[in-house]
Formats: sequence, structure tokens, C-alpha cells
Amino acid sequence: MSFNVDERGYYGNFGGAFIPEMLYPNVEELRSRYLDIIAEPSFQEEFHALLKDYVGRPTPLFKAERLSGKYNTNIYLKREDLCHTGAHKINNTIGQILVAKRLGKSKIVAETGAGQHGVATATVCALMGMECIVYMGAIDIERQAPNVARMRMLGAHVVPATSGSKTLKDATNEAMRHWINHPVDTHYIIGSVVGPHPYPDMVARFQAVISEEIRFQLQEKEGRDYPDYVIACVGGGSNAAGAFYHFLDEPRTALIAAEAAGLGVNSGHSAATTFLGKPGVLHGSKSLSMQTEDGQVIEPYSISAGLDYPGIGPMHAHLFESGRATFYGVTDEEALVAAVECSQLEGIIPALETAHALAVFERLQAKPNEIVVVNVSGRGDKDLATYQNRLKLND
Amino acid sequence: MNRISALFSKATEPILNVYTTAGFPRLEDTMTVLNALQAGGVDIIEVGMPYSDPVADGETIQLSNQAALEQGMSVAHLFEQLKDMRQTITVPVLLMGYINPVLQYGVEAFCAKCAEVGVDGLILPDLPMVEYEASYKAIFEKYGLYNILLITPQTNDERIRHIDSVSKGFIYMVSSASTTGAKTGISADQEVYFSRIASMNLQNPRLIGFGISDHESFLKASKNASGAIIGSAFVKMIAQAKDLSAEIVAFVQSIKGKN
Repeated sequence: MSFNVDERGYYGNFGGAFIPEMLYPNVEELRSRYLDIIAEPSFQEEFHALLKDYVGRPTPLFKAERLSGKYNTNIYLKREDLCHTGAHKINNTIGQILVAKRLGKSKIVAETGAGQHGVATATVCALMGMECIVYMGAIDIERQAPNVARMRMLGAHVVPATSGSKTLKDATNEAMRHWINHPVDTHYIIGSVVGPHPYPDMVARFQAVISEEIRFQLQEKEGRDYPDYVIACVGGGSNAAGAFYHFLDEPRTALIAAEAAGLGVNSGHSAATTFLGKPGVLHGSKSLSMQTEDGQVIEPYSISAGLDYPGIGPMHAHLFESGRATFYGVTDEEALVAAVECSQLEGIIPALETAHALAVFERLQAKPNEIVVVNVSGRGDKDLATYQNRLKLND
Repeated sequence: MNRISALFSKATEPILNVYTTAGFPRLEDTMTVLNALQAGGVDIIEVGMPYSDPVADGETIQLSNQAALEQGMSVAHLFEQLKDMRQTITVPVLLMGYINPVLQYGVEAFCAKCAEVGVDGLILPDLPMVEYEASYKAIFEKYGLYNILLITPQTNDERIRHIDSVSKGFIYMVSSASTTGAKTGISADQEVYFSRIASMNLQNPRLIGFGISDHESFLKASKNASGAIIGSAFVKMIAQAKDLSAEIVAFVQSIKGKN
């Protein structure tokens, strides 16, 4: 079975490009050119130079001894939190801005949930001297104030999405609308492995640097180039796609995805798409999404703005349906406990999103001789206010 | 003959197609609006099926969709409201909406229901031609439903020819690169685009939509097409109407220049 995209833009039963005609020329231009552009030696050279000297790659693969001791196994942390701007998101925005340049675009639009993708986009726009507009849910603007300030400092124009749930889903709608209204000079940098083909594949390719590095780093440290488990959190699914990419066809590696179960999978306040979702079309592709019987999108809930999304990318829907990946629903409370544990055992404050992945150790029951890699998708600085409120961090 | 083909074959004046959101302004207003539109002289009625995430639409239509959903509108309820419409409505009726609610209803069941209540065609902007041809064309044809496809100023000639070959009824010509209601009026650039398409001698007639809001823009658009489509301007009007039926009749007559 193939876990990569086919020529129609599908992963098994999921994918495609369900877009209005107004977006067709843009998406078609991208689809017909992205593979050639990415393959150009000058692109590869520029991309890898920026990943190395600007982003700070390769990011370390750190053996977490105290966590390993607690769970009686071998836990490695892939430190995407050490990337410039604080999360894995910049791998993709560097790649896409280089694509946009080669397509002759001068303006960038993006959506953001937690603000990490917005910051990463604003950063590369500053680097390349491109105009940048970032749509962000009005509620997210409130709960992720430090990232809003960072985007503005970088010169981006942050526009609140005030429709619907005022979160990531609506920011995505508004960014798509903006693109419809500005089709010629603007490129839309989607931040996750969602959206119409070729976005899920293109974003996965840019994030694949994560699993590529895990392979050679594990070879160096453990003498084998695959782990027994790779764990990553999934909202739309970009950090998971990157962490899984080079292990998709490696049967010895189990792929583990942590979804945000919010107040509980069946509480009515959740974002656990594989548990609650059905096949359908959202934001330009066929995948699993949370929806009513009538096909209306259900507004998700998670303590983490980056996972507060009612769908998952088509690659993940296929990994779920085929059984290639195992999905866990992790509640807000479990994520908070895991965040404290990682902070106090390893001196690493994870992003709330990452904390969902860290909460899986408890359920995994890995053996003492096994190797577990968890993708630390981002750092927790942006979430300190939430941690402070929820954990009552007083002496 | 499908009512849309019959209309275009006999029309002598510009055709006016008006979009309305089902279940708006109030849940049970749908048939009142349809009857008033017909009484005012509308040639085609486009009934919007409310959707939570209508990305091709602007704020006016999105807010009407949201209001209708909050009032309890659903695809099943819409079919219930339309079940006797052919007792009074003689003009062609289109359903416009997004693909996901149709997928959840079941494409075949949906098309069968459309045929049963007397719907003539569908406009599903996020169902692209390639997906339509691969998966749905045969079902639409089985139930005699026309699938109305869109073209925009950015659609290239080759693709327009392809869309023309797949289309039945008419081609929905989006006047500018925009979401609905984003721009009003017709610019000189748009007139160049309209006449370029007019000179292509397509087999299907064309209706121009997006940016049409009054008698002047309706006439301007109709010079290079068989007529035009009004959406946001109408939805804005009914959102504030005190006497719904009377104001709809007056609105339609003012667009057509008959009062």
C-alpha cells in the first residue's frame, strides 16, 4: 500500500482539490510546477542553506534520560522547538516562500491558529522582502498575544477572522477568500498538510527534513536508523507528517498520532477528528472532519490553539483508515500534566500542542530495549499565560 | 425539455437570475421569497443551501447562511419546504451550495430528491469539473439535472472550451476575481473580458454574476451575455425588509427597469 500522494492528488480515498473556479488558476499553476521547482538544484541549495544557517538545522535529537527512566524505555526528543521562531513551522514557510518567488509572486497570505505558522510566515516574508497578511481567529488573537506582537514586529499585517468560531478554521476561510480576491500577485502559504492538492504533499515534503534527520541521528546514537515508535501531535498534521515521512514504508516503526480530545472525546468540547469525524470536504480536500449529520462543520475545542481544528490532512486520514498510524485522544488535563513533567524532568517547556504528544508515553508501554522518538514541535513560551492560569504557578 | 433550456431558447429580454439563501431572513420564509421573486418577474431562482464555511462567498451571504443555520435550516428541511413548489413556481429553480452537505446527504439521494421536487440544476462551486466528470456527471444526467459551472477572468481559453463542452443550461460567468458581494459595478476591464468571452462563440449561453446590484449594472452585464445574476444585493435587501413580498417584487422590477 502506498502512503504517498498519487498523481490525482489522493492518499487512498482522501485528498483531491475541491476548490471554486476562482482558485483554479492559482492551484493549477502550483500543482503543475511545484515538483520541478523543488527539484531545481538552485532551489535545493537555497533551501538547505537557509535551513542550516537561518533555521538552525539539523535540530538536535536529545536522549531524555529522566523521562526514559520514568517510563523504562529510551525516549528521544526531536528538538523542533529549537528552530528559529520556536517551532517546526518555519521548515515549510522557507520552502514555500522560495516556491512563491519562483512563481513570480510578490505578496503572501497565510492563516494561523496558535500563531506559530503566522510568525514563521511573517519571518520569511521579512527575510525576502514580501508583503505579508496573516488571518487569525479573533479568539486566537486574544489567547496568543505574544505571537501577534511578534508578527506585527516583523512587519506583517494581522487581520482578525471574526466569523464562525473565530479560530483556525475561520482564519483558513478568510485566507482562502483573500486569495480568491487577489489571485494574480499573491501566494497562499498554507501552514499544515491540509488544503487542496498539492498543498498536503508540498508541505509534507518540506517538513520531511524532520524524519530525514531522525534517521541519521539515530544511526549515530543507536546504530540503527529507525525507532520503534514516532509520536507526534496532530491538528492539521504538519509536524506529524514531517516526523512520519521517512518511516511511512518502514514496518518496524509504529506511527503514533496524538489528537486533542479537549475536555474529553465525547464531552462536546473536543478536536479529536479521527474519533469524531466523518469523510467529507473541508478547506479544499476530501478528508475526515468533524461535522453534523447535515454536513455542517462542527466547531472544535482544544486548550491548544494549534490543535483546535475540525479536520486532519488527507495523508493522516489515510494513515488512520489503513491502520498504518495509531491515534490517541489526549485531553487538556493530560497535556498539562505532560507539559509539567517534561519541563521539570528535562528542563524543556513544550508548546501545548507538543504536550499532547508527550502525554502518550503513559499509554504506550514501550519496552526497555525499544526506542521512542517524540517530535517536540514547538516551545512553550507562547503558552506561558495558559500554563500560568491553569497550573497556578506559585511558590 | 429542462426548464432552463426552454427559458434560454425563448427569451427575448435579458434574463435575471436572483440568488436567495434558503431559510432566510426567517426559517419558513423560503417559499414566500420564491413566490415573490416569480411575481416580480425573475427568470431563474437560485436557492442557496446554507453552509457553515462558504469560502466562495463574501460576508453578506455568509452571514445569511449562518443565520439560516442557527434558525434550523438543513438540506432535509429545504427539500421539505420545496416539496410542493411546482404547484406555484413555473420558472427554473437551481440549488446553489457547497459539496460537503451534498456528500453527507448522499449524491444519488440528493439528485433524486432534486428531481422529485422539480429542481432543474445545481451550482456547487467547490465541486471542480474534474471531480464532477469522474464521479458525478452520470448521476446528475440520470436525474436530468444541469450542473452549472463557473468561469472567471483568469480561466484560460482552453479550459473555457472544456467547461463549455461539459456544461448544460448556461455558464456562470464570474465578473471579477472576487468572492460574492466584494465589488459592485462593472469596470472597463470587465467589459473587455465580457466581450472576449462573447467572441468565443460558446455553445452555451452565459449569465454574469458577482458585482451586479442595480438596473444599470444588470443592463451593462446583459449587453455581453444572456443576462445576469444578483445575490448579495438581494440578500442585503431582504435582511432588512419590513414587508417581504412587496419589497421583493419592487426590487425585481427596479432591476429589470419595469417601474
